[in-house]
Amino acid sequence: MSRVAEFLLRRRGGASWHWTDIFTWAWLIGGVIMMFGPAIWLVGSSFKSPAALAEFPPTILPYVTAEAMVEGHDKPLPLYRVTGEDGETRVLAQLRRVGIVAQMIDPQAPGEIVKVNIAERTPVREISFATENYTEPFLHFDFLLYLRNSVFVTLMATLITLVTNSMAAFALSKYQFRGRSFVMLLILATLMVPLSVILVPLYSIISAMGLFNSLWGVILPTVATPTGVFLLRQYMLTIPDELIDAARMDRASEWQIYWRIVLPLTAPALAVLAIFSVVWRWNDFLWPLIVLSRKELYTLQVGLNTYAGELNVQWHYILAMTVVTMLPVVLVFVFLQRFITTGIAGTGLK
Amino acid sequence: MGRITLDHIAKAYGSVEVLNDINLKIDDGELVVFVGPSGCGKSTLLRLIAGLDQPTAGDIRIDGAIVNRVPAADRGLAMVFQSYALYPHMTVRRNMAFGLENSHMPRKEIEARITEAARMLEIEAYLDRRPGQLSGGQRQRVAIGRAIVRNPTAFLLDEPLSNLDAELRVTMRAELASLHARLKTTMIYVTHDQVEAMTLADRIVVLRGGRIEQVDTPLNLFNKPENLFVAGFIGAPNMNFFPGQVEETLPDGLSVSFLDGQKTPVKAATNSGAAMGAVTLGVRPQHLHLAQDGEPQIPVQVRLVEALGAETVVHATASGGERVLAVLPGQPAIAKGDRIALSYRRDLLHAFDGDGMRLAGN
Amino acid sequence: MAASTIMKKTGAALVAPVGWLAALIDPPLRALQKATGLNGMAAFFLAPNMAIFGIFVLFPLVINFAYSMTGGSALFLSGRTYVGAEQYERLLTCENYLDKRSCVEDLFWNAAGNTALFVLFQVALMTVVAMITALILNRELRARGFWRAVFFFPVLLSPVVVGLIWRWILQRQGLLNYLLHQFGIDQVLWLTDRFWAFAAAIMVSVWAHMGFYALILLAGLQAIPKDLYEAAEMDGTRPARVFWRITLPLLMPNLIVVIVLALIRAVQIFDEVYVLTGGGPGTSTMFLTQYIYEIGFAQLIRNPGLAAAASILMGAVLVVLTLLQLAASRRNQNAGAAK
Repeated sequence: MSRVAEFLLRRRGGASWHWTDIFTWAWLIGGVIMMFGPAIWLVGSSFKSPAALAEFPPTILPYVTAEAMVEGHDKPLPLYRVTGEDGETRVLAQLRRVGIVAQMIDPQAPGEIVKVNIAERTPVREISFATENYTEPFLHFDFLLYLRNSVFVTLMATLITLVTNSMAAFALSKYQFRGRSFVMLLILATLMVPLSVILVPLYSIISAMGLFNSLWGVILPTVATPTGVFLLRQYMLTIPDELIDAARMDRASEWQIYWRIVLPLTAPALAVLAIFSVVWRWNDFLWPLIVLSRKELYTLQVGLNTYAGELNVQWHYILAMTVVTMLPVVLVFVFLQRFITTGIAGTGLK
Repeated sequence: MGRITLDHIAKAYGSVEVLNDINLKIDDGELVVFVGPSGCGKSTLLRLIAGLDQPTAGDIRIDGAIVNRVPAADRGLAMVFQSYALYPHMTVRRNMAFGLENSHMPRKEIEARITEAARMLEIEAYLDRRPGQLSGGQRQRVAIGRAIVRNPTAFLLDEPLSNLDAELRVTMRAELASLHARLKTTMIYVTHDQVEAMTLADRIVVLRGGRIEQVDTPLNLFNKPENLFVAGFIGAPNMNFFPGQVEETLPDGLSVSFLDGQKTPVKAATNSGAAMGAVTLGVRPQHLHLAQDGEPQIPVQVRLVEALGAETVVHATASGGERVLAVLPGQPAIAKGDRIALSYRRDLLHAFDGDGMRLAGN
Repeated sequence: MAASTIMKKTGAALVAPVGWLAALIDPPLRALQKATGLNGMAAFFLAPNMAIFGIFVLFPLVINFAYSMTGGSALFLSGRTYVGAEQYERLLTCENYLDKRSCVEDLFWNAAGNTALFVLFQVALMTVVAMITALILNRELRARGFWRAVFFFPVLLSPVVVGLIWRWILQRQGLLNYLLHQFGIDQVLWLTDRFWAFAAAIMVSVWAHMGFYALILLAGLQAIPKDLYEAAEMDGTRPARVFWRITLPLLMPNLIVVIVLALIRAVQIFDEVYVLTGGGPGTSTMFLTQYIYEIGFAQLIRNPGLAAAASILMGAVLVVLTLLQLAASRRNQNAGAAK
């Protein structure tokens, strides 16, 4: 441990600690707690039973009061550790509580009822993961459907985005034609027209096309992303034109040039766009909220929000489903974080 | 067959004229080099022939047929690019096969052609590597190989050696020459390097500002440059030019005075009125020598001596302030600041009229 | 080794049908190329994107104006009546402009006022925090990639997840109140007190997006040549002076991008706050986008015309901000060129 600390805290050259070093480490460690803490708290809470969730003060791990079946009783009884007057500690099951006196019995000898002052007993606690928080919503609510919808929307939108954006970027980077700069300007200008500005007319167009309450109504308006076209075009501009000329001399058709030469060489930029598109479409909320009104069509985000509104008391399900919703993005983060951070630093895209 | 004819070719991008009234006949099996300073239009001309760009006016014929409207893919030509333009994501083998697959050639035939070309270019060992894993020279060979397997009616080479280091360039130049000798296919070769042009070409086309300045064999260009530009462009170091004045008309030419008190007869058609007045005399640095007694003397002061061993380059200033460059054989004992006298052979003088055109009969 | 081969093979197997498809459509496309030439092919490649773009972005943008000048609750333009500037009048008329309750559409003024306050404080806080983070990440750190990732992590989370995480932490008996309790501080009603709910909205949105802006600033910091700092060190310049005289001016282009992007995003704030507070308590955290959503979609009797008019006013603000950015970056470029 101290060697890890030494490794992490070793400073370049300097022997003494400047106040900026202390500030730096305070900021970094505070950052870890602030940034990861809430997510860890969420995951920890998601395994708690409703009773454990209601406990105050809260614990990180899901503790529950241990219970045991006692002969002669239909329901399991909570177990308590009782310190007797002789200083001996026994584990007793509680039958009921009357005022400040608890009536308890020994599970081993269920015949005799012991009366204990509640101040002298502490519950027996054990860790128990309430996995039913995860299984129930999938089995008995519509979350499996929501998950399927979200996956469909994300994959389809990303696929169409990659194909249409790369084709457009190819035309805009490798062809000289009249109106090219006009098209570029048009695309750039709409960078400043976010979805929230055109909600009303877009909704009427989607309805007129019969795409209201259809997953395609969620997918289509999002796929012509100007950022995607822009990112891919910038990348394709770095592919030398001589390569295109060489392919033309090699009797390749324009489609083949796009498909067999330019697209494979654009793979790094396509990967960045694919990652972003997956995260964007997975996280979309406002537009699906507007287009989808039938429950069985909800995406995870909309479904989760709806449940959080309806089942205000059922936090145990909501937290578990929040974890499920967060999971793909966390996986993307863990495995592809480097791609994304360099992608943003290079293009300022989000 | 690979006869290529250019007929009044012009090319303009908007209002910018890049090529102007280009006329040229290239014979089958000929190696023609386009040479000229950068921006002269030589690469554009090659792209027009290739079909990668369309001329604004004029006709391009390949073996007699006008190909203006034929796309690049169907002209039967192969091109080697300056940057090699190898597909970085394909192996050498796939690079060479790509064009053949596009014309739906049978697998076997493709394999046979690649094997043959690889053997000829000695690249068999790296057929399964990607271009990124090859050295510059190896990439160059692959680029040529990709052109060879196409079995084209003509090769178009766009500054193919300019990305190689000096040593490799000399080797590849020789290999290209022997390749041409073996294949006997028409080649059009674009370069800005006149040494490449001189060593490789059957004929050289000198371009400047979108126009053809002169078309001739390398030695003819060297010996009888048609104008001041060609005279200055061909030959290294550059030819010395001296302004001269026509003193009198001789039976078979003119008498010209130049520098400080030099006088020399120059052959010219005496009836040419344009020949009167101001002329320019040119003499190659290699054609100057230390003056012997009885020879015309150009007194100069030495500014700089570059001793290269086999020869010595002398930078000097004549009495009128004109700069003179001389390449003297061997290692003459000359130092900076020396006053020496240079001389020339009258038959190696070049004379150009006021418009910069070579005086006829010279 | 074996796993990677298997992955490669399955990858190839998955891609193969796409390859066949591409090969299949090559002959008709060759014919198209022959018929229309390169210009035709350029049009072909542009067509899918531009069609989607035109139908779902450009066309709505244009008819948005038409919507804003019609009344009624009908969804399609054909069923709506022209009312001229009435919707705008309704949005913008107040008896006393200092008192939003006197406005005809007081909900709009409330949302606009909230948004303005939110933008002011959120962008300021965001910029400062992102700047400090970027400066710290730019120091000689071990495992800088890890630290960078730490601050970037929440950026990827969906607004719904962000909203729910914080709703869970900020609830009355939540983690934060427990921690405060440990320090002897009384329970704070984070989400049901007007002031604290607004503050929570700002903090949560800064938490969620700060890493993105820190990354842009960090990229700018890393582009500043190291020898400038070495020269300053040789001159004995004090660190604070180095920051104001070297770092900040050279970082200006990135800083402008960050501030304007943050402004543009903050003006449109909706998702995470909507999940966090639902706009409440009352309407104290209701912002412009939520207003548009409520008026145009959520309320029983929808008013698309009013929502369109409000969205155009919001769009106008966004356009002004974007133009400001363009102007600023151009001035910056010119200044750079003049150097």
